Amino acid sequence: MIAQVAVAALAAGGLAACGGSSDAVLNWYVNPDGVAVFEKYADQCSTGDYDIEVQLLPTGATDQRTQLARRLAAEDSSTDLMNLDPVFVPEFANAGWLKEVEGDLGDRIIGSTEGEGDYLSGAAETVVWEDKAYAIPLWANTQILWYRESLAKAAGLDMTQPVTWEQVIKAAADNGGSVGVQADKYEAYVVWINALVQGAGGAIVSDTEAGRDAKVEIDSDAGREAATVIEMLADSSAAQPDLSVSREGTSLGQMFPKNGPGEFMTNWTFVYKNYEGVIDQPGGPTKEQFDDLRWARYPATVEGEVSKPPVGGIDIGVGAFSKHPEWAAEAAECITSEQAQVDLALEAGLMPSTNAAYDEVAASGDYPKELIELYRTSVDEGGPRPKSAYYSMISGAIQSTWHSPESVDPDTTPEESAAYLEDVLEGKSLL
Amino acid sequence: MSAVAAPKSKPVMSDRARAENRLGQKLVAPAIVLMLLVTAFPMLRAIYLSTFDYALTAPEERAFIGLSNYLTALTDPLFWQTTGVTVLYMVVTVAVELVIGFIFAMVMHRVIFARGVIRTSILVPYGIITVVSGFAWQFAFSFQNGFINGWLPFVGDDFNWFGQTGSAVVAIMVSEIWKTTPFMSLLLLAGLAQVSDDMIEAAKVDGATWTQRLTKVILPNMRAAIMVAVLFRALDAYRIFDNIFVMTSGAVRTESISFLTYRQTIEQFQLGMGSALSVLLFLSVLVVAFLIVRLFRVDLAQARQG
Repeated sequence: MIAQVAVAALAAGGLAACGGSSDAVLNWYVNPDGVAVFEKYADQCSTGDYDIEVQLLPTGATDQRTQLARRLAAEDSSTDLMNLDPVFVPEFANAGWLKEVEGDLGDRIIGSTEGEGDYLSGAAETVVWEDKAYAIPLWANTQILWYRESLAKAAGLDMTQPVTWEQVIKAAADNGGSVGVQADKYEAYVVWINALVQGAGGAIVSDTEAGRDAKVEIDSDAGREAATVIEMLADSSAAQPDLSVSREGTSLGQMFPKNGPGEFMTNWTFVYKNYEGVIDQPGGPTKEQFDDLRWARYPATVEGEVSKPPVGGIDIGVGAFSKHPEWAAEAAECITSEQAQVDLALEAGLMPSTNAAYDEVAASGDYPKELIELYRTSVDEGGPRPKSAYYSMISGAIQSTWHSPESVDPDTTPEESAAYLEDVLEGKSLL
Repeated sequence: MSAVAAPKSKPVMSDRARAENRLGQKLVAPAIVLMLLVTAFPMLRAIYLSTFDYALTAPEERAFIGLSNYLTALTDPLFWQTTGVTVLYMVVTVAVELVIGFIFAMVMHRVIFARGVIRTSILVPYGIITVVSGFAWQFAFSFQNGFINGWLPFVGDDFNWFGQTGSAVVAIMVSEIWKTTPFMSLLLLAGLAQVSDDMIEAAKVDGATWTQRLTKVILPNMRAAIMVAVLFRALDAYRIFDNIFVMTSGAVRTESISFLTYRQTIEQFQLGMGSALSVLLFLSVLVVAFLIVRLFRVDLAQARQG
């Protein structure tokens, strides 16, 4: 990849030296989801002034962050556009690595955080740091509860009403089913913990813009409610055998097992297209089984309190050291256009970040209408992870103290993790 | 002849020797200056950075905190736990490699037929990139598709080597030993080649047994070579990183001190703490080197003659 960039840069430099003005190259670093659509838009959004070239980032979010950060910390002028996981935006913006999104688009994004704009507020919220927009939401991901209708029926669960984790775990355990979550020692485990804590009305940390002086709040009733859910699942027969190393992909196979009634699974939006794509194929569901697949809002941590579904997705940022910042900003607007978002949803199953694009995806008939509506409300009413320049420390400290799920104890875990997180943030403890 | 026999007191130098010494110093001066520029700058910068509370993502909050980072690191149980694991990796792998490496060196030294093939096959693992061998051993130890569980009668087929500290550390050590034993044997082979055949012959004539020849003639005369081999491998093993990165990513407390430093600097962007840890790593490498040199009682200046 470095060689490719070098060659591209040399070629661009060489040709520009010959007097050609149409050969500037904008490098767009993308994560490896929906690459075909990215390539199409890199092509379409290239103009007479510049060509957009797609450069692939590693698969894991942590590796993507590391690679981009190393380039940006070295003030790399060839990093023009980049796909960013929402939790990286505050870190990168605070470090001065991202160019602010200015003008009308910036205003629309800021406006959307208060529900007065085209962007879903949950998605717009992810790109705002200290009241300024530093990236453009491209797609907005969220988690919902996927389940087998037959299993819910056998358990006598009324899925038209909001369900709690306790109900779901009990329903699965009583009927030979299981509950799929992400509890390996990695970022997605923090996604789960954060959703549980927020679902009980609390937060892991607050006042995050204070940086290291952020207020650690996980040692609270909400933290204990979250720990109670994790303990309940770990102790239950509904826990999957690989609970402590379970990831997004590992519980997919438990939905339509050879034997057994299947599972309830919290997971991202890609699940629907994933199963639909393998109907009647080896390892995939039959048409009949696929029709048994249902979805509901993310389970509530506490009965009566609304759940806060996790929000993820990808935002596009412009590198602060880009040689062509105006062109890069223009290109970013083009590749996050409504049509690009619709294409990403229809071709790669990655849901849009604007209401208009959502309407179009809903009208396409590619997805059940109520599923699209569920995604939209989940993103809009979801709970973001803490927005902090020290997010990786917060995430790491939580992973260290809450893993493995079998070791979580509501009486001690929230308290211990709060003390450790405070020490880590104050620089008193190694992570 | 032997390095141990080197006189302790400084010999009186003749004028000519002194002049030669001065010329020698002048000749190496440019190289020393260049080396200082290349190596001293990053080291001094690391020392400077280690006195700050400095996260790359919060440049404005950078603050001078003196030696606090060192204090934090040295009083943190995690630091000592990773140091302990690192020392364990070093001691066990170097000890095992020394024995196996010596056997390999003897084989390579004495082999008469198919010499090229045997030497090459012993050296092959060293030619393989550490990350690649890490992956190979990770697959070998995997309970899903590996062969190790099938070969070992005392472990179950579904035993997860990477599930707990003890077995994960063993798996990492095995991959490290497999990878670097050839290097050890190569250094020992060089030492073995320096032992004069005349002395061995003389010992034989005097009626020494094979064991006596090994322990009284061969090994003492290889002391400098053994020290160099142990020193190089020990320092190398103390910096162990790749295998851990590939096989466990530092999970289940298999993290070495290099890995901890990497996580602080590259993953957490904590340049201050990361630099403090690198300085501590550097100092501990010096301590290890010092201890090994003392252990073998070899005068390094004389080692080349030994």
